[in-house]
Amino acid sequence: MNTPFALELVDVSKSYGRLKALNKVSLDIKPAQFVGLLGQNGAGKSTLFQLLTGLFNSDEGQLRVCGHDISRDPIKALSSLGVVFQQSTLDLDLTVGGNLKFHCLLHGLSRKQADLRIDSELERFSMQEIRNTVVRNLSGGNRRKVELIRALLHEPKVLLMDEATVGLDPESRKSLVNHVLTLCKEREIAVLWSTHIIEEVQAADSVIVLDKGTILAESSPEQLQMESEKPSLTLADAFSQLIDKNKNIGVVYE
Amino acid sequence: MNTVHAFNAFSALSSREIGKFLRQKGRLFSALVRPALWLLVFAAGFQNVFGVAVIPPYESYIEYEVYITPGLLCMVILFNGMQSSLTMVYDREVGVMRLLLTAPLPRWYILFCKLMAGTLLSLLQVYAFLVICWLFDVDLPVYGLLSALPAFIISALMLGALGLLLSVSVKQLENFAGMMNFVIFPMFFMSPALYPLWKLEEAGAELVYQIAQFNPFTHAVELVRFALYGQLNSESLFVVAGFFVVFFILAVRGYDPQRGSMSQKGRKGG
Repeated sequence: MNTPFALELVDVSKSYGRLKALNKVSLDIKPAQFVGLLGQNGAGKSTLFQLLTGLFNSDEGQLRVCGHDISRDPIKALSSLGVVFQQSTLDLDLTVGGNLKFHCLLHGLSRKQADLRIDSELERFSMQEIRNTVVRNLSGGNRRKVELIRALLHEPKVLLMDEATVGLDPESRKSLVNHVLTLCKEREIAVLWSTHIIEEVQAADSVIVLDKGTILAESSPEQLQMESEKPSLTLADAFSQLIDKNKNIGVVYE
Repeated sequence: MNTVHAFNAFSALSSREIGKFLRQKGRLFSALVRPALWLLVFAAGFQNVFGVAVIPPYESYIEYEVYITPGLLCMVILFNGMQSSLTMVYDREVGVMRLLLTAPLPRWYILFCKLMAGTLLSLLQVYAFLVICWLFDVDLPVYGLLSALPAFIISALMLGALGLLLSVSVKQLENFAGMMNFVIFPMFFMSPALYPLWKLEEAGAELVYQIAQFNPFTHAVELVRFALYGQLNSESLFVVAGFFVVFFILAVRGYDPQRGSMSQKGRKGG
């Protein structure tokens, strides 16, 4: 890796017809950095994740994962990415072990390697006992944990969490955030955590506020609060203030 | 992607498809009941209505049930091809498709693995149907079971690739059911599966006859019919192989985030 950045976006734009979903977005994340991506519904977070995962190509700009351009060298870029999507991507009819092994094989691990890693990750999350449980029978919180475990099996350098706490109760949400924060520091994984729930990014190294496809602010949570009109405001208030300021600016059309 | 990675991915994708097939216990049964009804009921009823003249590859008069068997074998393959692509639509609906498309594998290879898994399932059903034919004394040469294997494979690849291509534009399972009606039945009835095409011409259905000539399913049926008697219908082989390549290339293009129709259909959300 010749770049200090695990994830790098330069002037990325994407339009759906005439609607500009992302407008010249640039950001970078270093290893072991936890970055929160805050934005309301329709801000462009999901579009950004679709481009980062190579599901769609950007109209302009460059997206690099560990120095590999996602559109020119998608295989190398994708092998460094772990993704937890907003919508569940587990096969409900397979067991937890079956889902995890399926992922390992798609990422080129041998069956033996897969078994070792699955055992070790399940143990780490204290979930060994559900290895043979069919996913359909798991709670929402456990399904999310399984998706997180799956995203880590191929030892990615970058972890993308796309509104991964949707549908979870506050306790499970907190537990998932803490797990990822620990993983980020312990394994030096760069994390991009997309959410519209402010508390989830309170402990982030940096927060990016996205609105109408444009980055409104990028700084640490503390700095974001300090830079607001009243420094005594909470992060949630500072976020709302930024969004309100941007309200008069319409959606960007080409 | 090295060879080991390619093999592991193929093993994962094919064992998932086969596992799913085995868990859906009624699927094999319904796949066999459909052609079996045609064979046992339709063929028995129409035995004396449809007289079949001696035409290649047959060297003497044959019973009607023998005539329609290659068409019914291809019907099994056609239905399975469409069913396999139905799993693509299902995978898209339940989110598994995202996992597949973000795996570090070339998209053409992911689609190829899906296609090969579908082909394996087609072969399983085709040979199960041949057992039924044997149980009901359909007079087929024993060597045909082996000599027709390559024809079954190339036909399954072609019809599976057609299913993949259709799955590019079908976004919901409900739409797919309609698509099956518009694809499966016209393909089946405008082919020599149930009657030789010259009968259409003789009956004055010139347009249907001409369409049937260009129907890839027509050539799959003829390829299998000749192969069951150890003969090669090279024109049909050329057409089936050609359509396989065209359908597969178009399907890969359809799933390409840069060029295909998928590129225009992003999910607008957060």
